[in-house]
Parts: sequence; C-alpha cells; structure tokens
Amino acid sequence: MEKLSGADMLIRALQDEGVEYLFGYPGGAVLHIYDALFNQEKIKHILVRHEQGATHMADGYARATGRTGVVLVTSGPGATNAITGIATAYMDSIPMVVISGQVQSHLIGTDSFQETDMIGVSRPVVKHSFLVKDARDIPETIKKAFFIASSGRPGPVVVDIPKDKTNPNDLFEYKYPKSVSLRSYNPSQKGHAGQIQKAVDLLLKAEKPMIYSGGGVILGEASNALTALTRELGFPITNTLMGLGGFPGTDQQFLGMLGMHGTYEANNAMHHCDVLLAVGARFDDRITNTPSMFCPNAKIIHIDVDPASISKTIRADIPIVGDVGVILKEMMDLVKNKRSKKPNKTLISKWWDQIALWREQDCLKIKRTAEDDQIIKPQDGVKAVYEATRGEAFVTSDVGQHQMFAALYYPFDEPRKWINSGGLGTMGFGLPSAMGAQVAFPESTVVCITGEGSIQMNIQELSTCSQYELPVKIINLNNQSLGMVKQWQDMQYEGRHSHSYMDSLPDFVALAESYGHKGFKIQSRSDLEPVLKEVFSIKDKLVFVDIMVDPKEHVYPMLVAPNGSMRDMWLEKGVRT
Amino acid sequence: MRRIVSVLLENESGALSRLIGLFAQRGYNIETLTVAPTEDHTLSRLTLTTVAGDDEIEQITKQVNKLVEVVKLVDLSEGDHVERELMLIKVKAGSDQREEIKRVADIFRGQIVDVVHDAYTIQLTGTSEKIDAFVKALPQGSVAEVARSGVLGLSRGEKALSI
Ligand SMILES: Cc1ncc(C[n+]2csc(CCOP(=O)(O)OP(=O)(O)O)c2C)c(N)n1
Ligand SMILES: [Mg+2]
Repeated sequence: MEKLSGADMLIRALQDEGVEYLFGYPGGAVLHIYDALFNQEKIKHILVRHEQGATHMADGYARATGRTGVVLVTSGPGATNAITGIATAYMDSIPMVVISGQVQSHLIGTDSFQETDMIGVSRPVVKHSFLVKDARDIPETIKKAFFIASSGRPGPVVVDIPKDKTNPNDLFEYKYPKSVSLRSYNPSQKGHAGQIQKAVDLLLKAEKPMIYSGGGVILGEASNALTALTRELGFPITNTLMGLGGFPGTDQQFLGMLGMHGTYEANNAMHHCDVLLAVGARFDDRITNTPSMFCPNAKIIHIDVDPASISKTIRADIPIVGDVGVILKEMMDLVKNKRSKKPNKTLISKWWDQIALWREQDCLKIKRTAEDDQIIKPQDGVKAVYEATRGEAFVTSDVGQHQMFAALYYPFDEPRKWINSGGLGTMGFGLPSAMGAQVAFPESTVVCITGEGSIQMNIQELSTCSQYELPVKIINLNNQSLGMVKQWQDMQYEGRHSHSYMDSLPDFVALAESYGHKGFKIQSRSDLEPVLKEVFSIKDKLVFVDIMVDPKEHVYPMLVAPNGSMRDMWLEKGVRT
Repeated sequence: MRRIVSVLLENESGALSRLIGLFAQRGYNIETLTVAPTEDHTLSRLTLTTVAGDDEIEQITKQVNKLVEVVKLVDLSEGDHVERELMLIKVKAGSDQREEIKRVADIFRGQIVDVVHDAYTIQLTGTSEKIDAFVKALPQGSVAEVARSGVLGLSRGEKALSI
C-alpha cells in the first residue's frame, strides 16, 4: 500500500471525493497542505482575497450545483474570518466542508500564535465538526465530513487539522473508504405511509387549498415532483424566499413569494386557506407574522426531512418526516390511482375566483408620477435585467431592498438559479456566491444584484475575479443608502435616518476598471435597456453596472407587525389593508 | 414540568460540549446533569433534568437527537421509571446535636460515612424530593457543605436504553 503524509492524504481524499474546486487562503498552519496542493492538478484552487469570500464562493458553488462546496483556511484569523460564511451556510442548510488549519497539537490550549478554538467558535453554526487527533484518521474523517454535510438536512462541517498532523515526514498507509456509516447518524427516512395517505385524503377534500414550499424542495431536488403534483391537483402555490424556482415562477398557478415582502395574493391565500401543504419550509418568523394569528382556519400538512422543523413554531396536523421528493412522488401516485377521488377542480373554482380578485390588486405595479418619468426605480432595474437575460440567468443577491426587488421582479422557472442568504441575511454574500456559481458554470450568465452598501462588504473579490477571469455581471442598484434600514426608519422612527446614508461612495466604474473589468453607469430610464443589452453581450469580462435608482423607494407589500396576521399588509407608503 | 432525559452519547471529546452548548444556544435550562461511560466504553450515558412544557420538551428531544454524536435518547418522565440521586452532606454536629442528627439520618436511611470531632459526613440516596426533605429536617444552621450527584434514572420493566 501507498504511504503518504497527512497533507498528501488530505489532498488525495479530496480528489477521491471528486472535489473540483477548493476556495482558500494560505497561512502558517496550512503550509504543509498548500505544499501538497502544489504537486497536483486535479483540484483547482481559487485564491480569494478574504476568507469570508471563500466560504460564500463555496456556498454559491454548492447552491448552483447541489454538490458540496469546499474551503481551506489557516488557523486563528483565517478560521474566524470564515465564520460568517459558515453561519450563512448553516442557516440555509448548504452542504459545505471547511478545512481549517490548527496550531500544532502540543501548543493547543497555550494561547499560542494564531490559535483559536475553531471547534468551539464554530460549534453553534455547524452541522458537525471534527478535530483530527491522529493523521491516520484523515481519510475516514474527510469521508464522514462529506457524508454528513450532504445528507439529510445538509449543512456545513468543519475539519480542524493541527499542523503536526500534516507533517510531510510522517508517512501512513492511504486508503479512502468507499462508504462510511455512523451508528449515531441515520439521515435517510421514508415517509410514513399512513400519514401520506391521510394527507392526500385531506388535500382532495380541500375547498381552499394552498401549497407553500421552501428551500427544502431545492435542496432535496424535488422541484419536478412538486411541480407535477401541484399541476395534477390544480392548487395555487407560493414559494418562500429560499424556495423560489422550486415551482416555475411564470406559471399561472404561482401566486408569487409569501411572507414579510410577499405578494398580496400569496399572503391572503395563506391566511384564508383551509388546507395548507407545507413542503420543505420551516414556518420562519419572516413568513408567519404573529404565529397565533397564522392560517386561522387551516389544517396543516408539513413535509420535512428534519423532524425538529416540524411543529417548532406552528403545530402540524399531519407531520410527515422524510425525503421531500420521495414523499411527493408517493402522494402523486396516490392522487393518480384514486379514480373515484380525482382532484375535483370545481370544488376549488370559487377559491380561484377569490384569488383572481386578490390578483387585481396588482400589488407589484410600479408607481410612478409624471415627473418621475426618467427616474429609475430599483424595480425597473430588475425587470430590465430579467428581459436582457430572458429570465435564464443565475441570479445572486446581497441583502436589503435590492434583494427583495430581485426576488419579486425576476421570476425563476428553475431551481438553483436564485441564490441568496435567506436565513442569516448576510450582506457581502452576493459577489462571492456569484463567483462560486460562475466557477461551476463558466458558460452561463451569472448576475449579482446588489446594493452600494452590500457590495462594499466583499468588494475585494473583484481582484479574485480578475485572476480567474470570472465574467460575473454586477448590477448595483445604487440608492446611495442602506435602503432597507432607511425604509424601517421611515416607517417606524418617523423618518429619522440614523446612519443609514452612504456618503463617500467610490466611483464604481473607475474602481472596476482599475481591476481590469468593465464598468457602466446608468442614470436615466431610457438607457436601461440598450446599456444592459450591451452588458449582457459581453461574455468574457466582468461588468460592473452602477445603476442610480430612486433613493426614496420602499419595498411593498410589507406585512404589518407586530400583532399582524398574514393578510395585514402595507401596500404603499401610508396605505394598508 | 420536570423532565428526566437520558442520552446515549458517543464517548468522544467534544460530544458533551456540543450537547451542553445546544441547551445554552436554544435557551433550554439544565437543572441537573450527570455523565459517565457505560459498560461499553465507547458510549457515555448522560442524564439531565430540565423544566419544560410539552412543546418545549418535544423540541429539546428533537434537537438533541439531531446531534451527530447522540446515539439514543429517552424522556424517562414520559413513563414509569425509577430515579435516584446521591448526596454527600457535611453536617456540623456539636455534642448537643449529635443524637438528633443521627436520628434524622436513620429515619431517612442515611449512612454516616465520616466522623470528625464536630462534624458528620452523611451519604444519602433517594429521589430528589427525599433528599430535599432530609436537608430540611436537619437542625437549623447545621449544614456545612453539600455535594449532590444529580438525578439518575432507568425506565421500569424490560425496556432498555441500549444499542
Ligand atoms: C453583515 C450585515 N450587516 C448589517 C445588516 C443589516 N442590514 C440589512 S439590509 C441593510 C442595508 C443594505 O444596504 P444596500 O446593500 O445598499 O441595499 P439596499 O437596501 O439599499 O438595496 C443592512 C445594513 C446585514 N443584513 N448584514
Ligand atoms: Mg443601497
């Protein structure tokens, strides 16, 4: 058998796991590992400019492909810089393996140079973590890390490796396990047949049914199964911010996103439904508004792979734990086989009439006065991007108003095309996650819709884009303010804009060009279409598009809180239901 | 309601801190905690008591079960069970109180395990209530030091928490 050092075993294990890309940044504790990387070509390493960028890139890569993203950082500051990205992946259940260097074993616990207890610091934001105590364990630990990260409800796994465990002079026999099993971890579960039958019976009796699906459908590769079942039943459906693309966004049955900034029709249909089918969604507080006022008349069916997500905030009447895709297919079979009890479209025709009335509200109509004519509304920017990319791009976003506008005005017909930090709401996520998607799909159009606040949180990665020729298209909806913060200050603090302005902005066009990219600035509405057409015809270069948008615009609809239900919404400034 | 949760846990470093951390992170309380390896040294058995309503204990058990190193878990308070706690207590026993303290210890079936000229160390096992009652029954001001093990428990009958 072959003998390898710990560092070589690690790299070999990653190769044997099929890892294509490693997003990382070197330092003392990982020098042996970097030396092992130097001697091989299978794994391509992307040198980032900040470790947070590495984690978001791996995350974007994972969200776009469904494969596990991999990160390599050094001990101490390298590891702590990665934390925000790990927490972001944790909140959205993204499969990720983060390899962090650690000081030599004999120095652990002595406050030695660049020592941080990475296992301790990361503990609340990882699915699991390993500290390598014996170099011989490296192959099996890596196998376990990938297995845990990618199975069940996915999530980030940290592998912390003390420097002495990668010493090039200590050689061990290398063998990569074909599979691992852990007696204490058994993620694969079949949905309970009786519960599935009960759920189908309930659905077929519903008069005001509603389907509410989330990120679990994307993660579980279940969008085809969901789409087929939804069409068979003829029910209305809404997606969460994390679930967009789980059902085609341009389909007639789709009512738009729900929740805090959900559409009038989706939020109303949620409130008034009599049977709610929740699939891979977790009744987050940005969805439910006041839990005690949530879906007051509905029986709730909840399908999720994570039992802890069920009845956590909202009690389910019919809980079903297991793989969402498999369960949806089983439901489909039952619906199709029940000749006598076919979905009865007349039973719900009144419900669709009601929904049509809600749709007449036209809640996403852009409100513009005559003198506003050339002012670009942020919504105009997103719509123009949609047209220019024919709705086919990968779109990442940062966090703020621009994120909500992107989610509401760029309908996604496919899963994995919409990439955003839903759970943690991490500003700075947009650019690096777009880079991760672009690395995975070099030929595809990848757009990052961002704001002048968020983009500056990881703007250093423009340099990485030059180095690896990543032709991401950055759409900066520049309202010269921390717009979402400002909106809340307008609505709840009588317009006192405490530190929500953005003074001293850089010349983004010049900045992008200084890295060797192209830049455009758009200030007039009539320029949107022609300039964006040119931007998206540039296939081989990163383009930074700085769009000056109306700084006063708010995102609507918006749920009224506190003490509101889902039907209580602000529809425009000063106007509520 | 007071709950007794028993957990079989991989006997690995880090496993315990993960479980304790989960309680802190999610705002669950821990009243007592005891942990030691089982007859199978790759496993530890951890027993904790917490005060939680039905919804909360459901979340606690689900979240604890999700930890990768947790092999099995049971909420003993859901069914019939036996529970015991061990206390070692040092009691000031001047000559005027010796008899009284010994009498109380006998009533509660406590054992005097160490004696110095003016203090007894008493060992007592039983339910937490019994132990509380014993401490209360001792003469005012006589307690010098208390060490309690926390609650241990097993379900009654043939059911067993094992792999
Ligand atoms: C790292 C981080 N810090 C702070 C916040 C709070 N926050 C949410 S939205 C927002 C404003 C974002 O401004 P910008 O990127 O310009 O987007 P806009 O709302 O103007 O479209 C802030 C500060 C956050 N989500 N993430
Ligand atoms: Mg802004």
